[in-house]
Amino acid sequence: MIAWKIGGEQGEGIDSTGDVLATVANRMGYFVYGYKHFSSRIKGGHTTYKVRIANRRVEAAIEKTDILVALNQDTIDKHSHEVNGGLILADSAFKPVLPEHIRATLIPLPLTEIAKSHGSVVMRNMVSVGASAALLNLPAEPFLSYIESKFGRKGPEIVKANQDALMDGFNRVKDEYGQVSQLTLENPVPGDRLVITGNDAIALGAIAGGCRIMCGYPITPATDIMESLIKWFPLVGGTVVQMEDELGSMSACIGAGYAGARSMTATSGPGFSLMQEGLGLAMMAEIPVVVVDTQRSGPSTGMPTKQEQSDLLSMIIGGHGDGARVVLTPSTLEESFEDGHEAFNIADALQTPVIIATDLSLALWSQSIDRADLNGPAVQIDRGPILSGEDLQKLGEEVFLRYQITETGVSPRTLPGSLGGQYLATGVEHQVNGKVSEDPTNRVKMMEKRLQKLEGIHAMRQGVKWEGPEDADLVLLGIGATVGAMREAKDALAAEGHRVAISWLRTLSPFPVEHFQNAFKKAKKVLLVEQNATSQVGLLMRAAGVYDDNRISTTLKYDGVQFFPSEIIDAARPLLETYAEVTQ
Amino acid sequence: MATLQDFKTAEKSWWCPGCGDFGVLAAMQKALVAVGAEPSTTAIVAGIGCSGKLGNYINSYNIHVTHGRTLPAAMGMKLANRDLLVLAAGGDGDAYAIGMGHFMHALRRNVNVTYIVMDNHVYGLTKGQTSPTSESGFKTKTTPKGSIDRPVHPLMLAVSAGATFVAQGFSSWQPQLARLIQQGIEHPGFSLINVISPCVTYNKVNTYDWYKKSLTNLEEDPSYNPHSRTEALARLDATDELVCGLIYKEESVPYEDQVPGFREEPLVHQNWNVDSETWNQILANFD
Repeated sequence: MIAWKIGGEQGEGIDSTGDVLATVANRMGYFVYGYKHFSSRIKGGHTTYKVRIANRRVEAAIEKTDILVALNQDTIDKHSHEVNGGLILADSAFKPVLPEHIRATLIPLPLTEIAKSHGSVVMRNMVSVGASAALLNLPAEPFLSYIESKFGRKGPEIVKANQDALMDGFNRVKDEYGQVSQLTLENPVPGDRLVITGNDAIALGAIAGGCRIMCGYPITPATDIMESLIKWFPLVGGTVVQMEDELGSMSACIGAGYAGARSMTATSGPGFSLMQEGLGLAMMAEIPVVVVDTQRSGPSTGMPTKQEQSDLLSMIIGGHGDGARVVLTPSTLEESFEDGHEAFNIADALQTPVIIATDLSLALWSQSIDRADLNGPAVQIDRGPILSGEDLQKLGEEVFLRYQITETGVSPRTLPGSLGGQYLATGVEHQVNGKVSEDPTNRVKMMEKRLQKLEGIHAMRQGVKWEGPEDADLVLLGIGATVGAMREAKDALAAEGHRVAISWLRTLSPFPVEHFQNAFKKAKKVLLVEQNATSQVGLLMRAAGVYDDNRISTTLKYDGVQFFPSEIIDAARPLLETYAEVTQ
Repeated sequence: MATLQDFKTAEKSWWCPGCGDFGVLAAMQKALVAVGAEPSTTAIVAGIGCSGKLGNYINSYNIHVTHGRTLPAAMGMKLANRDLLVLAAGGDGDAYAIGMGHFMHALRRNVNVTYIVMDNHVYGLTKGQTSPTSESGFKTKTTPKGSIDRPVHPLMLAVSAGATFVAQGFSSWQPQLARLIQQGIEHPGFSLINVISPCVTYNKVNTYDWYKKSLTNLEEDPSYNPHSRTEALARLDATDELVCGLIYKEESVPYEDQVPGFREEPLVHQNWNVDSETWNQILANFD
């Protein structure tokens, strides 16, 4: 396993350099995990892109770096401490200086100059990739064919210039620093894998699940979903509308949902706050709609480019009044894809909003995933109980009652266009026929009907996941991107002989109380790992009746940086030791 | 063919006797009959306020949304099922206060929806407060010494925001109002019909009589050219927007006809399963 990192000014081609390395390594049969440090500005400001390359699945950030590519001194000053005994490839243009206390091998190479000699400073990314490939002891050929496949459309000159730039970087390292790198990757594991982000996975899920209308307002870190769908929708006849704000986004999705289309919006905290208004309407009028909240640091503008999981309670109980909404939490790319389509079936089945609670790190960072785990054409679309024009004809003299009381609380709906199915959907309290009413008895009946619908969710999906021994000495519990770090921590502790399991929630609301209680009944010690300051999952656990302070510890992180496995290990170790002491 | 009766419901009205909204409702129903609409393929979005109760009184598919959000919801419905005839209705508060942001953008987006604003220059349902269209000096519970704010001019705003169809009617002038709504429905794009709909309870200034004296009918002026943006703005400015009739209209291709890859067949009737060929084309982005 090797960790490679590039650093420089934002807007200097850092992203494209990392993307090329990650994509080619993935093509060669390695698993990659690529993540960035960036700021809310277009150009300038320090930025880094790190790629972990391994022959097994990687889904967490770590502190250590094996190869650091520095496009400026700032990168060396800020990150050379991560490179303990490793290599620092630096552009000789800025006369790099290694701080005295740092133990690393500095490899100065005229990256900018080489790029210019091939026609443009822009190609510094290719020179850096070539030099990096040499340091990683990877062959150059897969990189050259990648350039061919990606730049082929731009003409043979462009392809050749980029390939030459790459080879120049590659050869300079081989010729001048031939033996400097002892780094070798394990043997690759051939497979048909793609490199995608969590946002990509949700967008892919949505399109496979029949979503054809996306109304949104750009916001970091959710915008990619909108941009991907804009690219793909023309292929399937859908449309993205860039709205004037999130109030409009939500309302437009509700209009589309009422008319029978599958519509979604994607946002982050600040936008989600505005959507609370519309969520209330969708709950009250029983209109299916899907909302993605890609969480970032809050409150207010907070830290737009930083990780956090602090909108959870807002998703579950935000807004006024008692309402029936479903909140799903994906923690892997596969689950992001699954929730991306499943959310629509659930929304249609329960006729209520479904929120996908993801987070910045899961949404933005790229990972390898098996193509087979993204099987769009196999996705089943179930539009829930709908009465067609024909069904309505069969009713005869019987009047269609949109909000009829049923065993499950879900009443069959009609879609505009169906003869005889006209009804009023309103945010005002209403009777079974849709007409408004303030009658106390009716109010209670309708409130209970709406809330009752949610009970159907736990039969539709597994609310809690568990990986590792059932009778583990310690269970790590979390959601979202944290789960990837938990898994790596668990594997490291297991390698030391500890019996550790991990568990994560798949449905956050309604909380899978029974399943959760059963899963945690036997747990000896639990470490709840949350990326927020107020332990919002902890509050949900307490509400679910799981609050034994002797067994359950919590580690919280709210500095905007995603959890490193080492931090979870550090928090877990004392708990394992305590347990060992107690049992001895 | 549907009749006037087909668009009526048995619901008893909540509006005050003499309210202008009765006239707006009647004209809408007449226009729907005139364009050959059917209740099952008509979808109406209403906002919050007295005007928002409209959905209770028209037999069609109706959605009564949150305050100010009629236009995004109407857009969503039209894009989901472009075979539907979509109308949006709301008051001056819904349109020009809380919904102003959506108003401006719906005009320039030009989805084929007809928007009817029931404008009475006052907040009625909350029992008499100033509205964005209230005149300066207008006394209400929230402006006891008279309104300091200057009124918005929604028609001039609409024309300059990129509207392709702008008209104003008066709830008492039924044949013209029904005709304007009909023209708005037939216009291939977003159409705005601002309707003077007096509040008999809370607006003792802008009364039926006051409007009858103040309004001029553009249809009686053969020299007026509703296809000129400059002329429309000049006339609206000169009359303080106290005109009735078609104010501005231009050639229009609605939004939904311009979306790349968007199909004639309504979205709701399409097969949503993605075929393997399309899917592989999408996944090629990640290889």
